[in-house]
Amino acid sequence: MALADLNQSLTKRAAFTQVTSQNRARTISQTIVRAICFCCAMFSIIATASIFFILFSESLPFFQKVSVVEFFTGREWTMMGAQQKFGVLPLLVGTLLITIGSGIVSIPLGLFVGIYLSEYAPSKVRKVLKPILELLAGVPSVVFGYFALSLVTPALRGGTSWIGEILPTLNPLLPEFRPANAAAGAIVVGFMTLPLVCSLCEDALTAVPKSLREAAYGLGCTKAEVIAKIVIPSALSGIIASFILALSRAVGETMAVTIAAGATPQLTFNPGNEVMTMTAQIVNVSKGDVSRGDMRYQSIFAIGLTLFLITFALNILAQRFVRKMGRTGS
Amino acid sequence: MSSPAFLSPSASTIKRRRKNFIFQSICTLAALLAVSILFILVGKVVMDGMGRVSPKFITSMPSQMFPGKAGILSPLLGSIFVMLLTVLFVVPVGVAAAIYLEEFTAQKTRLVRFIQVNISNLAGVPSIVFGMLGLTVFVVIMGLGKSVLTGALTMSILVLPMVILVTQEALKAVPKHYREASLALGTTQWQTIRRAVLPSALPGILTGIILAASRAIGETAPLIVVGAVGLVTFLPDSLDDRYTVLPLQILDWIGQPRAEFRTAAAAAILVLMALLIILNSAAIIIRARAQKKV
Repeated sequence: MALADLNQSLTKRAAFTQVTSQNRARTISQTIVRAICFCCAMFSIIATASIFFILFSESLPFFQKVSVVEFFTGREWTMMGAQQKFGVLPLLVGTLLITIGSGIVSIPLGLFVGIYLSEYAPSKVRKVLKPILELLAGVPSVVFGYFALSLVTPALRGGTSWIGEILPTLNPLLPEFRPANAAAGAIVVGFMTLPLVCSLCEDALTAVPKSLREAAYGLGCTKAEVIAKIVIPSALSGIIASFILALSRAVGETMAVTIAAGATPQLTFNPGNEVMTMTAQIVNVSKGDVSRGDMRYQSIFAIGLTLFLITFALNILAQRFVRKMGRTGS
Repeated sequence: MSSPAFLSPSASTIKRRRKNFIFQSICTLAALLAVSILFILVGKVVMDGMGRVSPKFITSMPSQMFPGKAGILSPLLGSIFVMLLTVLFVVPVGVAAAIYLEEFTAQKTRLVRFIQVNISNLAGVPSIVFGMLGLTVFVVIMGLGKSVLTGALTMSILVLPMVILVTQEALKAVPKHYREASLALGTTQWQTIRRAVLPSALPGILTGIILAASRAIGETAPLIVVGAVGLVTFLPDSLDDRYTVLPLQILDWIGQPRAEFRTAAAAAILVLMALLIILNSAAIIIRARAQKKV
């Protein structure tokens, strides 16, 4: 009797726990979807790996003909004529000039705007200001190129001649701005990276705990003192990270500098001269029809590799600072 | 009646207050300057190009000979074509990757963290490097030619990190109890994602897609590397046609010596910016609606 009861209850239980076919189908589809999603996530790793692989493998034939030392120490880049010279220094210096110049524009301005947004702006003003900065960040690079040619360069020329008129003694010191010049390129790239610095600085500053500020106010500090002595030092690693990211963006910026800074690779530190950046050189070669065996084709991969390694190093450095901020902030 | 001496501020306090005022003024001026940059830029383009924008400008073909008659039909359609294809390619992959990273990985394993770091690194790679990736993989290895398809595929990889990151943010913002309520009803995880998580994350994901689309419209450098050309006087009618895009047409006109082309460039910039503003306001409207619902 009891045994029969037990048996009956056991079969009931089995029916209850048995996986229905519908249930199995659900588990299978779940597994498939999960696998597909996993492959998509892996795709980003594949993309990075291919970038590494392609830049190295495609520049290999180039470095077999031009030694690495020659590439990095050569002071001349000429692709025309029989005497081709592939020294990356002029391009590197061109990029450096643009990057530093853009930093001079974007770093102080961006920091002050960031401070204004996080410390001073009433919430109504912030609501208007932030979308405007986002809009500035969304303006295509080509448009900044146009802006440099049609407004910044004429303004630079007008400005220097005006200074030259009222202070003639300064005349020999003033650079003469060519139609395409490094300064105009640097200024517009500074404008382009400005929103990035603003928003990252603002984030870093807002993350500073309120208690720190209040403690400083309690000691009788003015608002400027609280910001300069308490808020900025505590947010420093985030602020520095924003600067580095802006510089890294400037290194990789292409269209605006191609238009604004010119297409003459020359080793110069004069902001009034034409310079050519690494990115502009890649565009220049790509615009012409070059085939795969061509030395010029191979050279852009060598430049691309240099460019990639520089920005990669800067981004890693910025991430270090961000991580540091996470530690000290908590 | 004068106030007692101990109430009047000391010299050092006055100095500190003045410094405080100066500092605040500098910050405010900086913000004003940043805003005025955008207004000056837009104002300059409008002044230069407004007179040139007309229905005829949009519906006629570009030209390097007749600046007065030149239009932007082929580059405009090229841009829209590349944008639509890019969105088509990038959305499934980007959203699926974000779902994997946010929903299917309960513990953040080493692999997941590696993928995450990798995505943010990929977001920082200069756009022109993506062009070189596209040139080697799609043009040389896969033999797709210098076509619209190559351009869109390259652009998809470029905007992929952005789509993943924005979608992840949108998924993170979905409250945890949505998932728990759904799972408690006996659904599988995928059913929960599809029926409970995705619908409520949709506005955020759409915003990300729109941002990706506007990036795809504005970027030029990688397309030059994968072989988009400056002047195309026919309409692309298949995926392997040669093509041009608006920013490239602008670049071409800026490089022309005659001043009329400069005007045409400004007019083309206006059309490009109008496109971007339409896209961005769509994103803002979607965001505002979603906020109202919650």
